[in-house]
Amino acid sequence: MEYLTDIINAFVLLTNFVLLPALSYGSQLALGALAVTLVYSILRFSNFAQGDSMAFGTMIAILFTWFFQQQGWVISGIPTALFVIPFAIIVTASYILLTDKFVYKYYRKTNAKPITIVMASIGVMFITGGIVRLIIGPKQHFFSDGARFIFNAREFKVFTGLSEGLAFKTSHLLTVTIAVLLVWFVFYFLQKTKTGKAMRAFSDNKDLALLSGIDPDKVVRVTWILAASLTTIAGVLFGIDKGFMAQQYHLLLLPIFASVIVGGIGSPLGAIAGAFVVSFSEVLLTYAYKKFLIYLLPQSLEPNSLVQLIGTEYKYAISFVILVIVLLLRPTGIFKGKVL
Amino acid sequence: MAYLEGNNLVAAYGVVPILHGCSVEVNKGELAVIVGPNGAGKSTVMKVLLGLLESSEGSVLLDGQDIGSLSTQQRITLGLAFVPQNNNTFPSMTVEENLEMGAFLRDDSLKHTMDEVYSLFPILFEKRRQMAGELSGGQRQQVAFGRAMMTRPSVMLLDEPTAGVSPIIMDEIFGNIIDLKSSGKAVLMVEQNAQQALNIADKGFVLVSGRNEHTGSGQELINDPAVRKQFLGG
Ligand SMILES: Nc1ncnc2c1ncn2[C@@H]1O[C@H](COP(=O)(O)OP(=O)(O)OP(=O)(O)O)[C@@H](O)[C@H]1O
Ligand SMILES: [Mg+2]
Repeated sequence: MEYLTDIINAFVLLTNFVLLPALSYGSQLALGALAVTLVYSILRFSNFAQGDSMAFGTMIAILFTWFFQQQGWVISGIPTALFVIPFAIIVTASYILLTDKFVYKYYRKTNAKPITIVMASIGVMFITGGIVRLIIGPKQHFFSDGARFIFNAREFKVFTGLSEGLAFKTSHLLTVTIAVLLVWFVFYFLQKTKTGKAMRAFSDNKDLALLSGIDPDKVVRVTWILAASLTTIAGVLFGIDKGFMAQQYHLLLLPIFASVIVGGIGSPLGAIAGAFVVSFSEVLLTYAYKKFLIYLLPQSLEPNSLVQLIGTEYKYAISFVILVIVLLLRPTGIFKGKVL
Repeated sequence: MAYLEGNNLVAAYGVVPILHGCSVEVNKGELAVIVGPNGAGKSTVMKVLLGLLESSEGSVLLDGQDIGSLSTQQRITLGLAFVPQNNNTFPSMTVEENLEMGAFLRDDSLKHTMDEVYSLFPILFEKRRQMAGELSGGQRQQVAFGRAMMTRPSVMLLDEPTAGVSPIIMDEIFGNIIDLKSSGKAVLMVEQNAQQALNIADKGFVLVSGRNEHTGSGQELINDPAVRKQFLGG
């Protein structure tokens, strides 16, 4: 009986520190990766500005949040940042459409090679990152108000009588719910609506799409707006969960690209699967298993060390290693995307 | 003056000149055929007519109006439809979606036109939920043809619509083309099966190195000894 409780405790521990965090981190990555995939499939380049665009969108949401809080426009229990997302999307989409007008459009018209446009997107990345640091600074901001927990560790312990607590954060529930709804919406949009089908047609065979009367400017515009929405929401959810810091968002580019490539470049479903492969690898490899093993192993075998496979400070290296492994073993990714 | 005219077209890909002043035309209710050796510039003429490639000289007229400065999309809106020689389907979309995309500019119900396409090409109905990329080459040609029909165009431009299809389907496609022209559409077609195409053509253009080598009615060209010798194999 006692051993059974130990096993349950061990898995509660794992749920609390691995499963829930990896699920929400994976959802955040998935939304970012979906944005990259959309831009890649339709505009034909890998958008290096993705991480910094997420920072931009989140910054706008924070500014709106502060303003709403100042005005007293808050609903207790629910993060204000959620309500301001529509406003943040409008501003971010406008900003991204401006970058298109002044940067990408030129390269599209001149039929530039994808690598040229990628270089341009690196430029946009630096400018966007600069704007963000100029406006909100490089420091970390926590902007999540409202209830922190659906239930916290102590409540869980009292309720179950277990010695391990399980904290169910509001941000985790929000992240996963919103991500599921949004992914469903994007797939519905692409599969069923006329505009969505036009986007797929454009991605499939651009010349024939033009010959069918599909307006390329509209396809490009809708793509950016959709990508900007995903980008902003991904950024805000990440920020509600872990706080906002420009540099950290910038670095998200690596796990996001890893997700896209692991899943199969250009495959929306792949991007989502890839995001969870990356998030679970990151969390599983950087988690210290000591306590978990103490619950499961007989006393004689209990570990003295932390049993952490890789230090947290190396977590970005994990994305990188996954990337290299996938490119070596299965360059098309899980869902048979394009080979780079 | 013909319904659709390309006059003295000069065009180049980058700096490589391809068309050196060639002219084609077709009227409503007429079938005009462009024949000529590989690389003569037949597909290039089509691209210029559709605005996929800019001409440096010459004009494109539709119903007397100069459409040379219009975008491809605007020309489609005016009633041009095109079946390209290559890549003429959306490979990762279903057959039905391919047809829907053909009718992208239409707001009315597509059912009638779609049923028409399906009755012309029953195999497409059978495969309507399958990706176009998973079809055989000949089946894809049928999808491409059907997609162009969906716009209910006034001018059909077909670049080798029978490439890679079996003789039976070829006859069917030629049959459809004759139906199209008798329904009052203007049909301009590039065709490798010169003999058969000229047989059913009202007008023919023999293109060589970006110039009109011979122009005339289908019968005139078939009976022209020079054309016979060069292109029809004796
Ligand atoms: N996209 C392109 N870029 C550069 N050159 C091209 C391009 N397309 C065609 N050409 C060149 O233009 C010339 C004419 O090509 P076009 O496709 O018009 O020939 P065609 O008469 O249709 O031949 P075919 O019977 O083989 O289809 C060829 O010499 C070809 O190499
Ligand atoms: Mg050709």
